[in-house]
Amino acid sequence: MDVVVGQLFAGLSQGSILILIALGLALTFGQMGVINMAHGEFIMAGAYTAYVMQGILGDAGISLLIAIPMGFLIGGVMGVILEAVLIRHMYGRPLDTLLVTWGVSLILQQLARDIFGAPNVDVGSPSWLQGSVEVGGVALASARLFILALAIACVAALSAIIRFTSLGRRVRAVVQNRELAETVGISTRRTDRLTFFIGSGLAGVAGVALTLLGSTGPTLGTNYIVDAFLVVVVGGIGQIRGALIAAFVLGLLQSVFQYSTTASMAKVLLLIAIVIFLQVRPQGIFSVRTRSLA
Amino acid sequence: MLELVDISAGYGPTDVLHGISMVVPDNSVYAVMGHNGAGKTTLLKTVMGLISPRSGRILLDGEDITRTKPHQRVARGMAYVPQGQVSFGQLTTFENLQLVADGRNNGRAKIEEMFHLFPALEMYQTRSAGLLSGGQRQQLSIARALITEPELIILDEPTEGIQPSVVAEIEELIVSLSKTGLSVLLVEQHVGFALTASAEYAVMASGRVTSRGSGGQAAIESVVAAMSI
Repeated sequence: MDVVVGQLFAGLSQGSILILIALGLALTFGQMGVINMAHGEFIMAGAYTAYVMQGILGDAGISLLIAIPMGFLIGGVMGVILEAVLIRHMYGRPLDTLLVTWGVSLILQQLARDIFGAPNVDVGSPSWLQGSVEVGGVALASARLFILALAIACVAALSAIIRFTSLGRRVRAVVQNRELAETVGISTRRTDRLTFFIGSGLAGVAGVALTLLGSTGPTLGTNYIVDAFLVVVVGGIGQIRGALIAAFVLGLLQSVFQYSTTASMAKVLLLIAIVIFLQVRPQGIFSVRTRSLA
Repeated sequence: MLELVDISAGYGPTDVLHGISMVVPDNSVYAVMGHNGAGKTTLLKTVMGLISPRSGRILLDGEDITRTKPHQRVARGMAYVPQGQVSFGQLTTFENLQLVADGRNNGRAKIEEMFHLFPALEMYQTRSAGLLSGGQRQQLSIARALITEPELIILDEPTEGIQPSVVAEIEELIVSLSKTGLSVLLVEQHVGFALTASAEYAVMASGRVTSRGSGGQAAIESVVAAMSI
């Protein structure tokens, strides 16, 4: 029983990290169709934001709480700059976008090395996130519970924005029909920028969260970016609830495989599972249905 | 109201419009007719800013809007109902209307007004627009345009492919709109209706205006003659 609860929690925890990272991609890749390889570096930027904040403020608790909105802001601003300078000239050319943003990703990694040095740095976690909480005889790490709560909060906030606000309506309208959106009076340029800001900002938040689990280095984002793309593809392009389910299913599968085999074997099994799944259901868990294409 | 001066436009290397000039007068319907492929839709897309003209100017109330973006033209009082009853299919009927009502002081009241005008939209307000019938989607498209309180409404074949009962309603609406102080630029295949509704007309063929004149049933012979060339 303990093992089951333990693995379940490990899977949930893994899933919550995946969803935090994939949520931003669900917007920029899922909704806008932009393959942004530098998304991982926005995660790294968020993590270094937490590091810098702690250097300035000292107290680990306060700096974490401030780093979360700051990470969002920094990730978001980097995203907007990237969109304005490069990506907007390449809409509808996914291969060019992929190559160019990959280049940007390498530049940003080097920039991080120049600023913070090549070795990893550590961000201390606040005292209230050290240790664990006992549930049903199983010790659950507080930091992981915090990330789970943060992921839930981010998903809830993003879903609410997309569903209920005028910005959310504009984003959905532009995604569905860019030309029609312009002609009903929506500035698609401004909507693109805002979408990119939010998507990239969420990557920054994910980066802050990752500092609670391990050390921070220039290649932090690269470790997660492929998994995040997988989550979005399995979930169904453009579907946040799809990404949500995919993240937790993949997280659970990974922890189950990892328990019964090794970490590398788990990765292989997971990839095989995804390949089989996409053979059966190439459109992902959710797909869009309407009476007509309109 | 709207003035086109020697507009030439096209897609990529292909020229579609060759030196089109026309004046859409205030408070009346201007009908553009012509066979498929004559360039009518391209003309409307150019007027709306979806296609940049290669040469020529577009003036709205005397102001040059040739280089403005479509959403800026909407802000200046233009509204566009594209061909084929297009809507945001994944948004509900109500959200489709909210989308354009957002940020307007009287947004909510305008939506209510549209529900009054098109009761079907109120009935299906929570349904995805993609699940509405063609006629309902056309009503939605017109309602979306009217919420922005335009001075000029551009309609691209508004009755094409719609069940006859709704066609009559839409035709009636178009006539009544021009009487409430709106200018209407109407592309229409149905010559009889286009001439009844319009004060002036133009017939297009191969991207040029081949005939023009005052509307009304009296013009029907010359239009039919122009279209059969």
